[in-house]
Order: sequence, then structure tokens, then C-alpha cells
Amino acid sequence: MKVTSKSPEETERMGAALGRLLAPGDLVCLSGGLGAGKTCLARGIAAGLGIREGIRSPSYTLINEHRGGRIPLYHMDFYRLADPVELEEIGLQDYLEGEGIVLMEWPEAAYQLLPGERLEITLEPVEDREASRRIMAQAAGDRFERLLRDWAGAC
Amino acid sequence: MLTLGIESSCDETSAAVVRDGREILANVISSQASLHRRYGGVVPEIASRRHLETLLPALEEALQGAGVSLAEIDLLAVTVGPGLLGALLVGVAAAKALAFCRGIPLVPVNHLAGHIYANFLGESPPEFPFLCLVVSGGHSDLVLVRGHGDFRILGRTRDDAAGEAFDKVARSLGLGYPGGAALDRLAGRGEAGRYSFTCARLEPGSLDFSFSGIKTAVLRVLKPLDPVELDRQSPHIARSFQESVVEVLVEKTMAAALREGVRTVALAGGVAANSALRGRMAEAAARLSLGLVYPSPVLCTDNAAMIASAGTFLFPLIGPAGLDLEASAGLPLESPLRGPRPEISQ
Repeated sequence: MKVTSKSPEETERMGAALGRLLAPGDLVCLSGGLGAGKTCLARGIAAGLGIREGIRSPSYTLINEHRGGRIPLYHMDFYRLADPVELEEIGLQDYLEGEGIVLMEWPEAAYQLLPGERLEITLEPVEDREASRRIMAQAAGDRFERLLRDWAGAC
Repeated sequence: MLTLGIESSCDETSAAVVRDGREILANVISSQASLHRRYGGVVPEIASRRHLETLLPALEEALQGAGVSLAEIDLLAVTVGPGLLGALLVGVAAAKALAFCRGIPLVPVNHLAGHIYANFLGESPPEFPFLCLVVSGGHSDLVLVRGHGDFRILGRTRDDAAGEAFDKVARSLGLGYPGGAALDRLAGRGEAGRYSFTCARLEPGSLDFSFSGIKTAVLRVLKPLDPVELDRQSPHIARSFQESVVEVLVEKTMAAALREGVRTVALAGGVAANSALRGRMAEAAARLSLGLVYPSPVLCTDNAAMIASAGTFLFPLIGPAGLDLEASAGLPLESPLRGPRPEISQ
């Protein structure tokens, strides 16, 4: 899937459409540089899950847990991490095997530890259009291919 | 009353001895910043391993520096959250062990309350009620403090914390980690008004902050610059970015102070050491005839003296914690920390 969002609001709406489709155990990775809109999309996903509390950047805290929605959401951000060994220490495996949804910003440091089946979303700025973002998604595994089709249909 | 404070929520391992919540007898801070610089951030496992290695020496050094023995300590105060769980656990375990084997009462302290109480370690502590702007790598909170332990959050960031925006922009400018202080110095050489960055103001009347947009705007400006041009422009970019962040912090702090009718404003947290923030806040406070207090730069960073101070003042309200005390990574400031123990989160 490859779409263009014209505004942060539209990015959030697309996130909300995805959030409504997510199921326990799902893994969604968000890639893209600083300011690409990852946390913005995450905010939409949380809203789609029925989470009402504020979604802040987890860059400093690494993991923010949100339990107020239909399914627990583990919002992670590994911007500050360099070594995958450190991820084991913060209990990444427990989160991946849990009943919640793992939503991961800056997943690059964690790739070695992640299951192959997941939804990968990449955001990037569009040249000369300040508020626009290109949103690309790829899925691996039956569950995530179906999820991606449903999401594309809902966008 | 002598309080021994322990802080290990993030980068620093710290132990301090404070008399009556106001007078620092010793404040030992063992920073991990040089270790983390190599990694470009706080690496949690390294953080906890280093806390383990440095906590006991820091405790001994603090007692020695204060010229007191453990037998003379009346109260133990320890940070229980928010922070990195593995790092917090080291301090909490040490505090519980000391409390158990020496029979000293133990009081749990919220890290953010600690930052606020750093203002009580100065010459003239703020009088209640006051408004405190807590700005750091993880927080940008406007807190109304009506009395000891009486905290109400009036505004907070909706995306990135101010310190996080400083760190991310600093890193993009090649200033390394932690970059806040370096960015402040670079901005000092820059010319105001060469760039115009603005912070989102959100809806009218809101006391919340948003620093994600300005971060993106700065990166957009940086992207096309070649290294030579980047070198030439970076002081101006740093200046404009910093002024804009400071402006919105000052604006909302003053708006909150007026709305709540307080006479005193306090600053706290790592970004409270920023020279532009202190300067602009002082000007604005003077215009509105408000008192302004802020801690010395060393007390703006994470340290155990502020935890000891907060623990001393909050102990009469909270009472001693049991040995079932747990660290809580996501502990909210408004959590009372009394009665049932704080909720455990990973």
C-alpha cells in the first residue's frame, strides 16, 4: 500500500482506521526519520483502539503502556537505543508474547528480535509539501496481509 | 532531622544527606552521561548495571562528605518513579535493604516532586501556592503546588517533551548527547531573527505544549544544508529554535500563574538550567510582579538532594513505606503514594 496524507489530521484518521482493525498480539512497526509523523500516526491508532488518554513520544521513556482502550497498547520508541542486547533487558520479549498490541517507532535496533510476521509502515515527507507525508505499508504473514488489505480498504 | 536520599531513575546515580529538608550536607552525583554519549542516548541495561556499581560508593561518599554515620540518619528517601524500571529498582532495593537492616523509616518520592522540591534547597524557597514549570528530557509539565504534596497538573506536552526537542535538534546539529547545554551555548553565538520557527499554540486557553512541529520545522531547514553551510548557520538556527521554545514556555507559565492567581513561579528539571529560559522568565515575572525561583544548575539535573528534601517534607503526609514498596516506571505526579502502594507498571 502506498498513499499520501495531506495533513497531520489525515494521518491520524488513517491511523484510527488501522487502530479499529487491530487484534491482540499484533505487531506494527513505524519507520521514518525525525518529524516524519510516526507519533502522529500512533496517536490515530490509539484513538482507533478507543484510548482516550494523551499519546506522547516515548523517546525518553522507551515504552508507554496504554490500557484504557479495547486492547492494551504498548507504544515503544527505540530512537535512543543502539544495541539489541539492551532490548532484552527491558522485557521486549514479554511484550511481544503478550496479549496487547506492540506499536514500535524506530524499530531498526530491534529487528533481530522481532518475529518475521508483522506490519511495516514507513512514513516520509513529500518534497515541497510541508504537511504531506507518503505512507507506505508492507505486510508479512497471513494475518498481516489480511490486515493490510482491510486497512487499505478503509483508508 | 537528617535525611539520606537515593536517586537512580535515569542517567545519574546519586546519594545525598540533607538536614531538615533545606540544607545540603552532601550531594554526590555519579553521572553516566559520558558512557551514554557513545550510544547517543540512555541505554537502560547499561544504566541499571552502572547504578549497581556506583550506588554503594556514592552512599558511602555522601555519608562521609556530610560527616555523619548511618546511625544518625532519621529518614531514607528514594525515587520510586517515573523512570526506567531497571534503573529505579536498584535504588529502591538499596533503600529497602538499608531501611530493613538499620530500622530507618523509608519514604517513597516521585521523581517530579523531587525536581519541584529542588527549589526548597535554595536561599528563599517558594511560598505556597506557587506554579512550577517542570521541564526535562521526559517532561514539560505546568504544576500548581498548593501545599506540601498537593500537586495539580494544569498543562503538559502532547507529544515531545521540551528537553527531548532540545536533544533531538542538538543531535541533528551534531552536538552529541546530552545536547541541551551545548545547544544553549551555540545559541549564544547566534543572531536572533535569522530564522523564524514557531511553536504550536494549540487551542485558545490551553496550557498544554507541543514541540513536535518545531522539531520537524528545524530538521526541514537543516536537511538541504551542506556541512560548511550547516556550520555557518547552526548558531542562528539554534538561537531561533531556542527562543521559540522558551517563548512558549514563558507565555504559558505566565498565563497559568495569572489564571490561578499565584504570586510565585518556580522552574525545575534539566531545561531549567537553560540560560535563555531563566532570563526570559525573569523578565516576564518582573513585568507581572511575580516572584521567580529556580534551583542552581546542579540541582536542576537529577540528584538525590532534591529527593531527600521532598521526602523530608512529604513524610508527615505519606508515612513510612513497607518493605513491599515497588518501583513504578509510569508513576503519575498526582499519585498520593500513601495507603495502598503505587500501582506497579513495567
